[in-house]
Amino acid sequence: MLFTSLVQPALWLALYGISMSSNFKVIIPPGPSIPGIPTIDYLTFMAAGVIALTILFTCLYSGITLQFDKEFGLMKEMLASPLPRSHILIGLSLSGLTKSIIQTLIIIGFGYILGVRFFQDFAFYNIFISVLGMFLFILLFAMGLLFLSSTVALKLKTHEGLQGVITLLSLPLFFASNALYPLTSLPLAIRIMSYINPVSYFILGLRYFTLGSDFYSFGDYYSYSSQEIVFALLFLLGFASITYLFALRTIKRVKIT
Amino acid sequence: MESYEVSVEGLEYRYDKIKAVNNISFKVKKGEIFSFLGPNGAGKTTTINVLTTLLPIQVGKVSISGYDLRNQPDEIRKSIGIVFQNETLDWNLTVRETLEFHGRLYGIAKRTRKKRIDELIEITELKEKENEFVKNLSGGMKRRLEIARGLLTRPKVLFLDEPTIGLDPNSRIRIWSYIKKVNKEGVTIFLTTHYMDEADHLSNRICIIDKGKIIANGSSESLKHSLGMDVIYLKTNQNEMASQLIEEMEELKKLRKTSSELIISVEDGPKTVPKLIEKIRNNGIEIKSINLKKPSLDDVFIQYTGRHLKEEQEKTISNN
Repeated sequence: MLFTSLVQPALWLALYGISMSSNFKVIIPPGPSIPGIPTIDYLTFMAAGVIALTILFTCLYSGITLQFDKEFGLMKEMLASPLPRSHILIGLSLSGLTKSIIQTLIIIGFGYILGVRFFQDFAFYNIFISVLGMFLFILLFAMGLLFLSSTVALKLKTHEGLQGVITLLSLPLFFASNALYPLTSLPLAIRIMSYINPVSYFILGLRYFTLGSDFYSFGDYYSYSSQEIVFALLFLLGFASITYLFALRTIKRVKIT
Repeated sequence: MESYEVSVEGLEYRYDKIKAVNNISFKVKKGEIFSFLGPNGAGKTTTINVLTTLLPIQVGKVSISGYDLRNQPDEIRKSIGIVFQNETLDWNLTVRETLEFHGRLYGIAKRTRKKRIDELIEITELKEKENEFVKNLSGGMKRRLEIARGLLTRPKVLFLDEPTIGLDPNSRIRIWSYIKKVNKEGVTIFLTTHYMDEADHLSNRICIIDKGKIIANGSSESLKHSLGMDVIYLKTNQNEMASQLIEEMEELKKLRKTSSELIISVEDGPKTVPKLIEKIRNNGIEIKSINLKKPSLDDVFIQYTGRHLKEEQEKTISNN
């Protein structure tokens, strides 16, 4: 499971990332850079998107475990025990979180081989802080997705239904975001979607912590203020809290016949 | 203090339009084995699911081990053990891990947990299999493991939903002996079954349930006794006329008609049969078959519902 879920991001990086970045070099020549501000190549730019993609899929599909547990009766044992219902959710999200962090670390490592340069010119101390910051963003993002997935899984009766809903959710979540391209040139409707999309805020945080607050990429100048980062963090916190409340309400009402 | 471990008053449960449980009341005494006997779909599992907090209580009042179901579900969860009708084991755990997981779920301290698991693995004769994966166990072993799991928390009441469904006769007898053993140690047992022999063999008291209602209640002996001592099954070429003749007989305790036969309950079968034959023949009715039986729980079921419990079983088996 961990292996197959890692092949996919590796392929994204290797196939899509490398092909696109060699194209972009032709289409968009790197703009004039301001001295002192690093220029980030496309592969490094989109690596954060690949991390988001991997976490998105891993976590959205995690709810299926609950559906199987419910169908094969394993959940009966838990529901008939004095275990608080919230612990089932927390247990599931901790497992999803562990997977997400391991995947992120492996993508960073594999990306390095392909030429992704995270933490460029960071002082050692800053790298340490950045990794902690990344983990905090992964925590909130992964939990929010897991709770969302749990809610949907427990409400739907069939695996087919769940897969349909997950596909339906994951496509706009991924593409109406800043994962693969900058938002500035997108049509208004997609841009609005991206502003209410937790994926965008997750990637914003991820880029801040891996690329720095100021960088050049895609001929665009990126500058993240600390207010933006705090807002992104709060947005993800809100996302995780709301989905948690929905998931808790749903699992408390699960009826087993 | 009340001497009842489970007390149910006016319980009802409704799935949308269907009333699965319709105003039932009963009490289970401390330390007894109490059976719910009835065909599939009678409402047995629904009742157990409500009592074990898996389904919300809709109408009625239930108390288990002195706790009120509506207000203290967590206290009830702590004081009961359950063996579900369908298997609820994780195939990717070993026997020991299954019990270990369950013990942690209930927050049993490590040392106590280990001691009890060792004990239960011994009692349920799973010692050789303790490190075997659940998926490699036979049906009987899985059932024993589930019973061991149900007992791990030292429950006051153990709920068993169709404990021997789908098992071979040997395994059934072994499971019965565990149930009796556990009961001797003071655990009150509430079991549901659609096997008459199981209810007959195990229980102190039986509740017969059909279509969501309790139709009879008592010990196996008293239920059978309530029919009169013996039952005569009679088929003639003119059942309608024969029944009128039988109703005139003073030995008759109860008469029921099914589509093809007359079911006659009498005090003393062997003495009544010759008189019965004589009377019917004298009136020119031809007897196709006559059968005298000591009553079984099946007869009790027929008496109250007009249907065979056995036929119901066969129907469900052929449907599966």
